[in-house]
Amino acid sequence: MTLIAETKAYAHRGSAWGDILRHPATLWLISAVIVAGAWEIAGRWPISPAFPPFSDTMSALAGLIADGTLGKALIITLKPLAIGLIASVVMGVGLGVLMGLNRFAEWLGSPIFVIAQSAPLAALIPILTFAYGIGLTAKILTVCIMAMPVIVLNSLNAVRHTPATLLDMGHSFLATRRQIIFKIILPAASPVIFAGLRLGCAAGFIGVILAELLITPTGIGDIITYNQSVAEYEKMYAAIFAIMALSVLLISLLEMIETALFHPEKRAQS
Amino acid sequence: MSPAAARKIEARHRPMVEVRHLSKIYAGGVEALNAISVDFPEGQLTSLLGPSGCGKTTLLKIIAGLIPATSGEVMVDGRPVTGPGPERAFVFQDFALMPWANVLRNVAFGLELKGVAQSEREAVAEKHIASVGLGGFEHAFPHELSGGMRQRVGLARALAVNAKVLLMDEPFSAVDEQTRRKFQEDLLELIAREHKTFLFVTHSIEEAVYVSDRIVILSKRPSQVSAIVEPEIGRGRDPDQIRRDSAYLDTVETIWQSLKRYLD
Repeated sequence: MTLIAETKAYAHRGSAWGDILRHPATLWLISAVIVAGAWEIAGRWPISPAFPPFSDTMSALAGLIADGTLGKALIITLKPLAIGLIASVVMGVGLGVLMGLNRFAEWLGSPIFVIAQSAPLAALIPILTFAYGIGLTAKILTVCIMAMPVIVLNSLNAVRHTPATLLDMGHSFLATRRQIIFKIILPAASPVIFAGLRLGCAAGFIGVILAELLITPTGIGDIITYNQSVAEYEKMYAAIFAIMALSVLLISLLEMIETALFHPEKRAQS
Repeated sequence: MSPAAARKIEARHRPMVEVRHLSKIYAGGVEALNAISVDFPEGQLTSLLGPSGCGKTTLLKIIAGLIPATSGEVMVDGRPVTGPGPERAFVFQDFALMPWANVLRNVAFGLELKGVAQSEREAVAEKHIASVGLGGFEHAFPHELSGGMRQRVGLARALAVNAKVLLMDEPFSAVDEQTRRKFQEDLLELIAREHKTFLFVTHSIEEAVYVSDRIVILSKRPSQVSAIVEPEIGRGRDPDQIRRDSAYLDTVETIWQSLKRYLD
């Protein structure tokens, strides 16, 4: 009995600090400070003349924002990214869910996406350029081939792994096929579908930067390539930092949308 | 005359669920049921009891229309079963609650599927939530409830569609012993209040004897009816007295003796 009481008291004492320490925002901040600090130290060491410290990168970033270069570049980069991601999300979830519900569709479609997910798709970019030129189309397609496979396969698996007992429950309470899909399968599958969307969006960012580095330098890719060639590494890293920050932001936004739409139980928790 | 005895006589009138020569062979050749025939009288609680893996749940799911029989037929309220129907409601062993829906929506789900208007179905659901003792938890989510409370939600959901037959698949097996005892007592009250036919699968002899009007004992797989026991226990008394009643203890012992031979 004493042991139990002591454990409880200990847990209680820990909780005041623990609550602050364990808060997601605190963890974010601590981790950001550690990374920025390590970056600063490594830059000042210096480990390479091509690796500027964090502070220099940030002031270069401020400069790029102030003179409008970054804004213009982002608009150019975001165009193929947005079109490609929207197409991948709509078609990817649609195809994945269809394949999860229908064995024939799965037999027909899944091999392509299984191969696409495991193959180094960047190798296809020259072929895309050959077929679609160096314009917007090739860049959109690069985003799609990077983003779609994981979205499709996650949606497929999510639908396929709906708990059997929930399906039995739906049948026993006389749900129609349509009700089973929309009221049971899709809500049950949504966490894994959204996990696929987050991975797909991250892959889409990789795709668009690859396209801008390998096809023609435009937007953020242009800033990176140009500043690398003139050895203005602060600006190059600033552009890379900006696109990474944007990617993280978008993925956090997706998480918020998911919670708001599908998971009232998580909202209640926090 | 005790209410239970009254119930029994009234129920003699007709079987609510009739199972005729029912066999089930699963793909792969596992023979779960072998030409089983058994009746479930209206207004009573009948337990299906048998060694583990004997096909109790298979039989219940065939009656529910969730899995097809290989041969034979099931009649519910005089009509052959071809699939799930509105006169039957199922209570699942693992509760089968939707984790993304609160208690109110889970309980009202059967009515939601029928297209009953929201205000109406929520009023019905609230009534049944209160009747299983979960008043005040309408807006809680399943993960915030204990196992026993979750099964009360499953029970309320089955009651909300107002089916004549309640099919309960080991409803208390995922619930701890103390909660289970309280649940069994509440179930007896519920049976007395609602005039429904209950089919109850369990692997606990004590539980079967405590809650049942009639116990169908199944043999090892492929199952057949091995015996039918009607515990003569005066109900409507203090539940703790029932558990010490000599008729109760004798019945438990008799069933144990008959089931023992199926254990390897």
